[in-house]
Amino acid sequence: MDNLFVYCEVEDGVVADVSLELLTKGRSLANELKCQLEAVIIGAGLKDIEKQAIPYGADVVHIFDDPRLAPYTTAPHAAILIKLFQEEKPQIALMGATPIGRDLGPRVSSALHSGLTADCTSLEIGDHEDKKAGKTYKNLLYQIRPAFGGNIIAWIINPDCRPQMATVREGVMRKQIINANYPSKVNHLEVSKYVSDTDFAVQIIERHLEKRKINIKGASIVVSGGYGVGSKENFKLLYELADVLGAEVGASRAAVDAGYAEHERQIGQTGITVRPKLYIACGISGQVQHRAGMEESAQIISINTDPDAPINSLADYVITGDISEIIPKMIRYYKANTK
Amino acid sequence: MKGLRIIVLAKQVPDTRNVGKDAMKADGTVNRAVLPAIFNPEDLNALELALRVKDEVPGTTVTILTMGPGRAAEIIREGLYRGADGGILLTDRAFAGSDTLATSYALCQAIKEMGKFDLIVAGRQAIDGDTAQVGPQVAEKLGINQVTYVEAILQIEKSGLKVRRRLDNGVETVKAPLPLLLTVNSSAPDCRSRNARLLMKYKHARTVTERQNAAEDYLYLYDSRPFLNIHEMTVNEIQSVPDQLGLTGSPTKVKRIENVILQAKDAKRLTAADEGINDLMKELIESHVIG
Repeated sequence: MDNLFVYCEVEDGVVADVSLELLTKGRSLANELKCQLEAVIIGAGLKDIEKQAIPYGADVVHIFDDPRLAPYTTAPHAAILIKLFQEEKPQIALMGATPIGRDLGPRVSSALHSGLTADCTSLEIGDHEDKKAGKTYKNLLYQIRPAFGGNIIAWIINPDCRPQMATVREGVMRKQIINANYPSKVNHLEVSKYVSDTDFAVQIIERHLEKRKINIKGASIVVSGGYGVGSKENFKLLYELADVLGAEVGASRAAVDAGYAEHERQIGQTGITVRPKLYIACGISGQVQHRAGMEESAQIISINTDPDAPINSLADYVITGDISEIIPKMIRYYKANTK
Repeated sequence: MKGLRIIVLAKQVPDTRNVGKDAMKADGTVNRAVLPAIFNPEDLNALELALRVKDEVPGTTVTILTMGPGRAAEIIREGLYRGADGGILLTDRAFAGSDTLATSYALCQAIKEMGKFDLIVAGRQAIDGDTAQVGPQVAEKLGINQVTYVEAILQIEKSGLKVRRRLDNGVETVKAPLPLLLTVNSSAPDCRSRNARLLMKYKHARTVTERQNAAEDYLYLYDSRPFLNIHEMTVNEIQSVPDQLGLTGSPTKVKRIENVILQAKDAKRLTAADEGINDLMKELIESHVIG
């Protein structure tokens, strides 16, 4: 009872990075709360899958293994989590803010009448005083995220309902192995006790998954473009610079929405989080949601025609001017100085 | 096959995609009054999918349901101009302060008053909350199946729909029985534009509350043209438990809000001048950041 649960996504026998990141964060929150960290893995062909979760500090791993449980469909995964949470009564439940998490999380939280906060950029434990009701709550989960166009940061809490549920995007938390031989209890549960035939009414007919062609998350240098780049044509300059530096190209949500770059390149709260050695922001104004995806970059260069762009306050170097003039010069002087 | 009864869940939202300097007040808070209010973009994609079903299956009706303040009637009119058959505005002070759970509860109770339906379509998420929670929560409360991240309806049969989902890393084709709730991505087709004939027809469509402020000369229209009535549902028209509504019915509460005040770093400032750029590249190479 009262433990911290993390729902782990599996694809092709591999537990997703976002789930390992949440196990790591879950471990540290569980230590603070002095409760257990429990992982839930639902899928098919899950032999030895617990070996992937255990090193991250899961005290218990609950496994639901059945051919009908993969690929993911809503009803069976929801039915399992809902019944499991009714039995185990967790205080906190975390899952990745992925297409699966965003399909499953609200379904489960609605059934349990619990609160769910999406796309958290930070999770902390703290107290809360409800002066009106004269109640004090101890050790609540603070679910922290930017909101309203990114101009505010909100601390959200679920004082009364359980579990307190939150989803977090990949890359926001860092994964870290605690102990390859962490003492865990593995629980293989009987799937038929948790699902019924009606849970399989939705059927997947075909799937075409592409391995990610672009690995921006792992790039050590990122050249990123915003709405200020002005066009898909102009984005070519960024690709040229990236090519020369051995960097990957990213984009702000505004640039992606305007069609200047593909959705896979989006960096920010609702995109990818990156921590490169160097982040070169071109024509990016720097709203909070974008900053959430890159503010931990070791060094930041901002190129913008607006000397007061919000991102400039984060940058180590601020170049005021037009990228059509500046980027070719950067390429020229880079080549000149690396001969 | 018989026509489908489709409900489109839509939301009027502030246009948060363009929060310029004018929208920021001196104390760092956002001036919502200045932001234009729009039909949530992905809800327009949802409306388009519903209208395509209407094109293909004669006898299909498309009704827009929106929960919001009186002003939200504007998006119902917008939907009517694009081809929807009617709209309902769910509005009441009792809903104020609702989080996604309380919102989906109110919507669910309203839907139960709207009679039998076959399909509910909603945008995946709204651009102000960005949670993508209301769609699946409404489906759960109604006890129906959901398919999210839909970008196209491929086949419509009595037994159900075949849809295509666009996920982060690929596509899926899924078959699901009716009744069903779909949430629709922005990768789905854009909504058709306003139809001139429908614009003329529905120009004066109003809710009861709006008519109270209407000019005298148009009031006769609402008796002779019942389609101009935008139905308003308040808490009195739905069955509900008061403590599941509004702020009280919201498990999530905002504990604190911080306005984002940017601390200026000690940044090196340059222009496009050659010397500065040359020095910058040299510095970065020497410190092994690049090269």
